[in-house]
Amino acid sequence: MNSKVDVKSYAGFREITWICLFILYAPLIVVTVYSFNASASIAAWGGWSWQWYIDVFIGPESAKFKKAAFNSFSIAIVAASLSTFIATLAATAILRGGRFRSRAPSVALITLPIMVPEIVLAVATLIFFNSIGFTRGYLTILVAHVAFCIPFAYLPIQARMQGIEVTFEHAAMDLYASKAKAFTRILLPLMMPGIISGFLLAFIVSLDDFIITNFVKGAGVETLPTAIFGSVKQGLKPNIMAISTMLLSLSIVMVTISYFVSKWDNTK
Amino acid sequence: MAGGAASIKSSRSGIYSDQRNWLLLPSWVVLGFFVFAPVCVMLVYSFLTKEFRGGVIWEPTLAAYDQFFFDRGLFGDAEPKLQWTYISIFWRSIWQAGLATILALIIGFPTAYFIATRSPKARAIWVFLITVPYWVNLLIRTVSMKFLVREEGPLNDFLIYAGIIEEPLQIINTNLAVQLGLFYSYLPFMVLPIYASVERYNFILSEAAADLYATKWTTLTRILLPSIKPGLVAGCILVFVPSLGAFLAPDLLGGAKNFMIGSLIEEQFKGNAGNWPFGAAASMILLTMVMVLLMIFAHQQRRAEETP
Repeated sequence: MNSKVDVKSYAGFREITWICLFILYAPLIVVTVYSFNASASIAAWGGWSWQWYIDVFIGPESAKFKKAAFNSFSIAIVAASLSTFIATLAATAILRGGRFRSRAPSVALITLPIMVPEIVLAVATLIFFNSIGFTRGYLTILVAHVAFCIPFAYLPIQARMQGIEVTFEHAAMDLYASKAKAFTRILLPLMMPGIISGFLLAFIVSLDDFIITNFVKGAGVETLPTAIFGSVKQGLKPNIMAISTMLLSLSIVMVTISYFVSKWDNTK
Repeated sequence: MAGGAASIKSSRSGIYSDQRNWLLLPSWVVLGFFVFAPVCVMLVYSFLTKEFRGGVIWEPTLAAYDQFFFDRGLFGDAEPKLQWTYISIFWRSIWQAGLATILALIIGFPTAYFIATRSPKARAIWVFLITVPYWVNLLIRTVSMKFLVREEGPLNDFLIYAGIIEEPLQIINTNLAVQLGLFYSYLPFMVLPIYASVERYNFILSEAAADLYATKWTTLTRILLPSIKPGLVAGCILVFVPSLGAFLAPDLLGGAKNFMIGSLIEEQFKGNAGNWPFGAAASMILLTMVMVLLMIFAHQQRRAEETP
């Protein structure tokens, strides 16, 4: 055929894309490489070593990090489970509850935590706990995390449920399955990929949160991000890079799982 | 007759219509109690009198908003003058966020376009690669940036090694560092919505323009960009809004001289020097700005949907 002008491609866009990728990954790669630095100074390269990883687990600050890690992971697991449960119920009501007047306000309320700037949500939560005389500590962090994780769990679950045709459930109920059975045997299994990716995203969001946690944590209660922040304020140390590298690998692993789970199609 | 009535009913109501209030109850309770109510309490606090050790006295006043905009001298009895300290912090936040948005658009649009014109398989890989950094802890990404641009950091080492500069550049603790941090933090937010709208764009329009002897540049600016405007606006909002209220980038990369709204608010709630009503008022002003932006955005998206 005739060689028409290629309207789709523009010169330089490929290069900019690679630059974009480079910008996104370069800082992460640099920190990962330097976490294996054998030198005690962060300024000089002294060869490869695992020593800062060992330092994180048995070094002088290891007790602090272990406690922070326990707080972070226990809060993330509980907050992600509760928010996923709440979001699943809410998505069922919103997508399978017909038309109702409080539908739009409910959606607005569920997505409110992502609309409000994080620092504003942090201030509001702190003031609220203070005004009702709630002592700040582990429990206040947990409650705040459950609340702001709900939209992150809700969005993938809702997206998944939108793709499931209601005919499956109608068919089951035509065959005399009860409503509860149609839900647990049909809708819930079909929604599972959405629920798993919702849970994983809520887990990462909870594990990563710094700003809200920093406001609502009591004195002496630390999570990994607040412990890292406190340490970085006193200067960059190699053991912080080792912790950062571990956390960033965990995030990457979880996002990868979430990605593949959401691609998994079990409606066929 | 009965069958007809039932079918009308079922088209209006879903399977779980009777249970929907119970299903929604947990989210209403948790979000109402721990997100909506706190924002309302914060609004109330912004109109209360400050208690010097942090906290409030329950006496209604406009003092917090007054302090934000006016300077009434040390004892509060001088002629009120416009107070620039806080307005200029807000102004700095606005232009820093605006600049980060423009930079992200310059890098993000070509990237999104390039990805959207790949084969479906390659697209999925590219989108995944762009998404991954977003899910890495923002604190860790900001610390990585701090490590990279500090005086003895790899960036300066590299520039000196390459012979581009002789003395290390002072990047850390400047507006430039904050700018880099904001741009880096929210770049994926720019790429993803633009990608989504370019993917839906019908390239027959561009081909038609080319057939009518439009140059590539004209096709881009007159045909493609107007068609994907909702995606461009969405990307800009998603970068601008979190940049405006950012705390980590200005705090870790900017140092004490390059305050933004986030640091100003945070300072009011730390230690004993804080002024809670003032912090609440500054938060309310930020929240109002963001809500106005989101409303304009929602209006614009609705209009774009109505005109195909």
